[in-house]
Amino acid sequence: MTGRDAETRGPGDTEIKRMGDGEMGRQGDLVEISRAVIAATKTEERGQAALPDHELIRVERFSPPLNAFQSDLCGTSENASQVRKGGLPPLELGMRTARMILPLATILLFLTAAAAQQIGNPTAQQGVTPPRGAFVIRNAHIVTLNGPDIENGSVVIRDGKIEAVGVTVNVPSGAQTIDARGLSVYPGMMDAGTAMGLVEVGQGAAGTVDTAELGDLNPNAKAIIAINPHSAHIAVTRVDGVTSAVSLPTGGLISGQAAIINLVGTTPQEMAVVPYAALVINFPRTARRGGEFGAEQQPDVDLNATLTANERQIDQIRKMMRDALAYGLAQDAFAKDTSLPRPDQNIVLEALVPYVRGERPVILRADREAEIRGAIKFAEEMKLKPIILGGDDAWKITALLKEKDVPVILTGIQSLPLREDDAYDTLYEAAAKLKAAGVRFCISTGNSGSDVRTLPFHAGLAAAFGLSKDEALKAVTLYPAQIMGVADRLGTIEIGKLANLVVTDGDLLEVRTHVRYLFIDGRQVPLTSRHTQLNDAFKDRR
Amino acid sequence: MRKFIAFLILFSFALTLPLSQALAQKAGDKADETLIRNATVLTITHGTLQDADVLIRKGKIAGVGKNLKASANARVIDATGKYVMPGIIDCHSHSMLDAINEGSVAVSSMAHTRDVLNPTDVDLYRELAGGVTTLNLLHGSANPIGGLNTVVKIKYGRPVDEFIFPGAMPGIKFALGENPKRSSNPVIPGVQRRYPVTRMGVEEVIRDAFTRARDYKKAWDEYNAAVKRGDKNLIPPRRDLQLEPLVEVLEGKRYVHSHCYRADEILMLINIANEFGFKVKTFQHVLEGYKVAKEIARHGAGGSTFADFWGYKIEAYDAIPYNTAIMTRAGVVVSVNSDSDERARRLNVEAAKAMRYGNLSEEETLKLITINPAIQLGIQERVGSIEVGKDADLAIWNGHPLSVYARVDTTIIDGDIFFDRQQDLARRSELEKERAQLEQAEPNRPGTGGGTPRTPRGRRPSTDDDDLWQGDEP
Repeated sequence: MTGRDAETRGPGDTEIKRMGDGEMGRQGDLVEISRAVIAATKTEERGQAALPDHELIRVERFSPPLNAFQSDLCGTSENASQVRKGGLPPLELGMRTARMILPLATILLFLTAAAAQQIGNPTAQQGVTPPRGAFVIRNAHIVTLNGPDIENGSVVIRDGKIEAVGVTVNVPSGAQTIDARGLSVYPGMMDAGTAMGLVEVGQGAAGTVDTAELGDLNPNAKAIIAINPHSAHIAVTRVDGVTSAVSLPTGGLISGQAAIINLVGTTPQEMAVVPYAALVINFPRTARRGGEFGAEQQPDVDLNATLTANERQIDQIRKMMRDALAYGLAQDAFAKDTSLPRPDQNIVLEALVPYVRGERPVILRADREAEIRGAIKFAEEMKLKPIILGGDDAWKITALLKEKDVPVILTGIQSLPLREDDAYDTLYEAAAKLKAAGVRFCISTGNSGSDVRTLPFHAGLAAAFGLSKDEALKAVTLYPAQIMGVADRLGTIEIGKLANLVVTDGDLLEVRTHVRYLFIDGRQVPLTSRHTQLNDAFKDRR
Repeated sequence: MRKFIAFLILFSFALTLPLSQALAQKAGDKADETLIRNATVLTITHGTLQDADVLIRKGKIAGVGKNLKASANARVIDATGKYVMPGIIDCHSHSMLDAINEGSVAVSSMAHTRDVLNPTDVDLYRELAGGVTTLNLLHGSANPIGGLNTVVKIKYGRPVDEFIFPGAMPGIKFALGENPKRSSNPVIPGVQRRYPVTRMGVEEVIRDAFTRARDYKKAWDEYNAAVKRGDKNLIPPRRDLQLEPLVEVLEGKRYVHSHCYRADEILMLINIANEFGFKVKTFQHVLEGYKVAKEIARHGAGGSTFADFWGYKIEAYDAIPYNTAIMTRAGVVVSVNSDSDERARRLNVEAAKAMRYGNLSEEETLKLITINPAIQLGIQERVGSIEVGKDADLAIWNGHPLSVYARVDTTIIDGDIFFDRQQDLARRSELEKERAQLEQAEPNRPGTGGGTPRTPRGRRPSTDDDDLWQGDEP
């Protein structure tokens, strides 16, 4: 099935029906479908690829409630036990329960998905993962971003990966051919600053919002747990060429852990590129909140009072991080010498250990100069691996950012300048200034979900104000992948990388360009979304 | 303390005034005659002209074509390789309004945006830098029948009276759905909620207001007829400032711009309008307009919508980026608006989304932000296209304005330059110097004694109709 077919398909013609006979069981028989999916997932290796062993072990040792989730994610309890190496005896019960509730949960999941088809994604094809296959995209202009563009070239996709790129390639037998004459192939875009899947409708539907847990310190809150794979935002976003995203929790001081996800999949686990990708910290603000309704009515606040309060908050984070370091040392010591007193398990501190040890990045939200400076200083003190998210004022302190090699996820390209007397194009040209100074950066929408599809236009706007077009392109493909540590899998068209590819009829960042074919994780994804389906349903009403 | 506050006020004036004055210094650069040479001219109504000139005399377009001649002292702008298009018209803005909602009553038609215009709003300058020249300043959406609108040209740096668009049709804001029923307002125990709280009530409020307006009009018509007949010693009806604008609506002298989202509420207002014999000029937002496009077209209403903004609230969940194209093809006059000081700066890109999603032609797309909103505001004889005799409201772009890579070089209103990128860049070092001086003059800076400074304000709110979820604002 080609993308063009998908474009012209009516809303009633669902993927479940198409896949039903061959692969997935009968349409309408939810139990059958869910069993089929379990079976299908069983043969999928993706599950373990997405969740590396050490992740699973860590989770199983310290987070019993997650076991049910993990086994559900893996599709079968057998799968789960294969990778369960260091499981503690009391957890067996949890596993058994997980085994029992798994089929029920899966059925429920699909019942929910079926119901959600009415208000979320109108067809099941956006809910059920399309299969991987062998494809060859021929006669294309290929923008590899890993060297010069290739004219009249081909890209071979197999088993989820890019198998070959070039003017001449070996095509596996049975590969589906896509003639891309006159079209261009780009790596899929990635937005590193979203809450994708965590928010359906921000206002007036609190039940669909899962971004901010109660309390200030929630390192154990994990975005991957709450990402709704059936959110309408996901298909709406990917059909515009954004194929992966970092989904971040937003609450308190330590918001939780962000996930890197591909924007396709029936379960969060299928979507996960890195399930626990970064810790998210809201670095205390040095200005009052702005941009919100009623912000003008906020009472004046003494600057000293604000700074004192900030210090207190930073201290809270510092204290918890030191506790986590101590906790990690205690656990390690006990592991080496069991005659030592056994430290109590603490899932909150446990969640922090890889971050305070600098093994995984910490994303610090900071916009103003003083906040960014503070965040960098704090990260240095705590020996963290920092990434600045927001970074409106980053252009003011490029020397520091470069010296400390701190990358910036710029979310403000399309925001109003911070100060009334800032130049009108301060944020439009922030990316160009960071580039010129040699600071690592990428461009993000900073949007919760619904507007993430506008990512190419954020980059395009930066290119209108000084950034080269090539750099603008990298700022939404390669650079976010590098900053998030997944450039070995994403960001360019290179042999061995995940096949996240967008085939367009023009410049990827240009507004009037259309996406013609879409591959995510080596799966050809139909170019349909809630929006194309509503369009199809109403466009010919006369 | 009083002294301190007074100083703070003075200081903040000192901080903003010279800067904005400096910004405006060159803005509004006057010239009796201007010749823009050798540009690609997007006339909107008469196609695209290559290597063409536009001649401006006394604020009006005096010529469009090749090799135009100007007098010796005319200002000449070489626009080789550049694009000239009419100034963008934003049919839904709240910029320069110091207040947006008179939300205490369900019918606030006595309130007028004209009374709260702030000509120093810096977002006006930012909008000029996006090629925008005209704004439809609307009251908020808190009431089924809201306040009166003001159409302005962005003559940033000039006295407020010069902003008012002469001859623009007066208008009034209506609103349907979640906002007028105050769904997102918290219910506070002991505090009386404002009627209405349902879509049923919204309809009833509008019906009741027009019923009263019709009676009021009858009373005045009868009185005027009696005066005409020569009756003496009559007592005139008591003037009602709430109903007067509605009488103007009934008489076709005032345009209705109605905020709406859902298809059912759009049909509701069409039915009321038909029943009382008036026209809705524009449905604003009209996010489900694509579901009832033929009914909107049949009524003769326009649609002024977002390009692709959706999902921020329940009633925006069925919004689709194909809305513009579907309504256009159904025969509705459609514009793309901002409802945001931020989005207003890049309406060219917003319009271009109609090509991405709905495959509108380039010509149809350009109309969404030029002649179509002009028609919706009753100013199409003055602005919205590049034609001889029309106001010289133009923007010169360094690339095709429907490209994401395009940037505005110069924005002209009535023949005067109100934004020029080169001048803006040239002023920056001077402004930096001035800022440094002002900071030095700050008596409260560390080590100099004096009071404690206030925590700086956050980013200036981008005013709009809806209280939006700010996911990126922890």
